[in-house]
Amino acid sequence: MTPEKPTDKPSEKQSEKQDWPLYEVFVRGKRGLNHVHVGSLHAADDRMALTHARDLYTRRNEGVSIWVVRSEHIAASTRDEKDPFFAPSADKVYRHPTFYDIPADVPHI
Amino acid sequence: MVGWEVGRMDTTRSSPAGADGAEPVLQQHFDATIARDQRIEPRDWMPEGYRKTLIRQIAQHAHSEIIGMQPEGEWITRAPSLRRKAILFAKVQDEAGHGLYLYSAAETLGADRADLTDRLIEGRQKYSSIFNYPTLSFADVGVIGWFVDGAAICNQVPLCRSSYGPYARAMVRICKEESFHQRQGYELLMTMMRGTAAQREMVQDAVDRWWWPSLMMFGPPDDASPNSAQSMAWKIKRHSNDELRQRFVDMTVPQAEKLGVTLPDPELRWNDERGHHDFGTPDWDELMRVIKGDGPCNAQRTERRRTAHEEGTWVREAATAHAAKQAARAQKGAVA
Repeated sequence: MTPEKPTDKPSEKQSEKQDWPLYEVFVRGKRGLNHVHVGSLHAADDRMALTHARDLYTRRNEGVSIWVVRSEHIAASTRDEKDPFFAPSADKVYRHPTFYDIPADVPHI
Repeated sequence: MVGWEVGRMDTTRSSPAGADGAEPVLQQHFDATIARDQRIEPRDWMPEGYRKTLIRQIAQHAHSEIIGMQPEGEWITRAPSLRRKAILFAKVQDEAGHGLYLYSAAETLGADRADLTDRLIEGRQKYSSIFNYPTLSFADVGVIGWFVDGAAICNQVPLCRSSYGPYARAMVRICKEESFHQRQGYELLMTMMRGTAAQREMVQDAVDRWWWPSLMMFGPPDDASPNSAQSMAWKIKRHSNDELRQRFVDMTVPQAEKLGVTLPDPELRWNDERGHHDFGTPDWDELMRVIKGDGPCNAQRTERRRTAHEEGTWVREAATAHAAKQAARAQKGAVA
């Protein structure tokens, strides 16, 4: 499976340049919440990625904790259309509480 | 087809469009997502025109934020108080941040960051024409916050519902911060208007110079904006240039009255029938000239960006070398 080349082709000169690696940034907004993906940035190493992420994504107290990870290290599911990857969850209605008929007069269930 | 693949979660794209003869199905899926008012996400199939239009628009938007640091940045060293200096610092830093959120969104479409920078400094991609006007007095800092950031808010609030997910999410962050920009500008002007006659004149002069270029920020009139219809069909754009321009005028007139300045348009008046203000026609030839590179500061802005980029080369190289050294040391330590 070959990723398609971007249409906006990088110029010749560009391909010689070494860009800093791309990192994905995840921020925990406050205690009790999950880290959430907020965007990406370029940095030379992990430490720089963290300080850049702080300056870029938490200038107004938007976070109490940051994760950064090299984008190339993320494994991701494919796009949704025609993809059977999520199909196994579609036909298991018995996994939902509404599948079960319980008389209305049974309390707290 | 496997259900997973290793790679950039955003930009890694699956099979090339139409390679498996599935393009009509994919197009239907795309159209249906747009029709349901759901967002298109980076790994979804999308028509090449949609991708190209977005890359161009987001890159242009990002470049505007980056170049937009210059007109106001020039006043940081000359701000009249520590308070104003700190505010200006924060604002210019925000503009850098906005540029980076947007470059990040453009990269999810397969654009390359370094390439986008090259396109900007080589003049192959545009930025907003407004930043090619000079900031002649400190009142310009206030008027930019009030007009330029005000116009940006009119433009950007609807973009928070743009059909492309990463662009819409970047706009949400940006809009939250623009509100500070607009308010600090208006407050600055209120302070000056309470000052001396010379200060009030300075404010009026800045208003006179920035009003028409601010109206031009919304782009050419609808009948001269050929790409708008397609962008609206794709729900990248939600309102036409003229609609947004009208919204900006209606919003700004009462603010000007309250401030005590005159907007330099003899045709500006309330139209009861339309429920909007009528206003004069901006000089579209001027807009075209500035877009084509013949504005007062085009050369200076691009040159400054180029110099900053070139002077930063050694920093980027040093950081890369440092990272490589640290990685090598860590590896050696692990082996030993």
